[in-house]
Amino acid sequence: MLRNYLPIIMMMAVAALFGVVMGKINEFIGPKRPSEEKQSTYESGMEPIRTARERFSVKFYMVAMLFIVFDIEVVFLYPWAVSYKHLGVAGFATMFVFIAILLIGYFYVWKKGALEWD
Amino acid sequence: MDLIEAFFKIVIVIGALITGAAVMVFLERKISAYIQNRIGPNRVGPRGWLQPIVDVVKLVMKEDIVPKSANRFIHDLAPILSISIALCTFAVIPFGNTIELFGRTVKLMIADVNIGMLYILALTSVGVYGITLAGWSSNSKYSLLGGLRSSAQLISYELSMGLSIIGVIMVAGTLRLDQVVVHQTRYLWGWLPAWNIFLQPVGFITFMVASFAETNRLPFDLPEAEPELVGGYHTEYSGMKFGLFFLSEYANMITSSALITTLFLGGWSIPFAENLALSPLTMSLLQVGSFVVKVFVVLMFYIVVRWTIPRFRYDQLMNLGWKVMLPLAIANILLTGGLLLALN
Repeated sequence: MLRNYLPIIMMMAVAALFGVVMGKINEFIGPKRPSEEKQSTYESGMEPIRTARERFSVKFYMVAMLFIVFDIEVVFLYPWAVSYKHLGVAGFATMFVFIAILLIGYFYVWKKGALEWD
Repeated sequence: MDLIEAFFKIVIVIGALITGAAVMVFLERKISAYIQNRIGPNRVGPRGWLQPIVDVVKLVMKEDIVPKSANRFIHDLAPILSISIALCTFAVIPFGNTIELFGRTVKLMIADVNIGMLYILALTSVGVYGITLAGWSSNSKYSLLGGLRSSAQLISYELSMGLSIIGVIMVAGTLRLDQVVVHQTRYLWGWLPAWNIFLQPVGFITFMVASFAETNRLPFDLPEAEPELVGGYHTEYSGMKFGLFFLSEYANMITSSALITTLFLGGWSIPFAENLALSPLTMSLLQVGSFVVKVFVVLMFYIVVRWTIPRFRYDQLMNLGWKVMLPLAIANILLTGGLLLALN
């Protein structure tokens, strides 16, 4: 059973090898002429003002949290979908209730304005 | 022996993906040129066909510039992560049925696992890391904004992507991609090939839109919107590290076209070809050919869309993802469930 996954590991190894070789090749072949200007951060020709790692909009966190909630729902739906044809009416009703509860939450989030980008 | 066989398939697939990505870059430049009434690259080789090779040589010979304020290790890691994930996703996609070679029956997919679709969803989730880490590690404002935008966009559309696959799983009753293709070799009413595009039209549209967003293609290329963000998350990258991001973008495009083909357009199947009484070897080769042709058609669609449609605003993008695509995908699941119940 686990033998089926060996090719995936091999593929990851080959792909990672390709990535490392290609990502590092400039350090060996390319020229090395560092200078102060060249190694400064690009900011449209200005002197960089402070660091970039400051606080950013809370909306990105909102999207990330909502994503986790909904993604877990998707994960729950997968096993149900695979065996759906054997579950009959009971399977449909169960998942209908599950999705209905989820949709209540979804519309709550919508009404609260968490999905607004202005 | 199996592993040697797998190794050959891996080398062929990775080679094909990289070559395909290079060809796609060239075709993109050429087609965009014709759409904009220009000629495009035509100096290197016959009609410019050697341009991708020269591009790579140029990128390899460049200096590797890393900003002093950047986090060196993560800055190096991000493009490697991007390209590895982009190349690995193809492992579970069947690019043909089986083929008889030297007395062995070879299955034309790299890893024959029973959770193919979960594997693909998992890897697309990990793919977000490459872009996010690239944006963060560069310590540049443009990169950070590009990386943030990109990760928010990718996770938003991943939901609709995951939900629109569920319709296909319900119809096929399996997570194996080869079984999904076999399921599509039947016929509806004796004449219409039972491709999922006919069984799941809504799912097809939501999946298509989501995969445009997942591959950062126009109209969803906000992460690297040139007029506002310079280069987006790869502003501070140079040489082949930049090339790896470029390559992984095109490799992702090829993989998602292959996925659309497999899930909705019948994969390697050729409708009505079984009536032709061809030899098994010819048939296998034709099926691989049919897969390649379908993927190519989807890729051409990607390119034409990119050069004819303007870019979204960011709020429009998020509204589409959360307020249109998500309810549509959930409605599709309920509709599919109801119809399957009524038909059985």
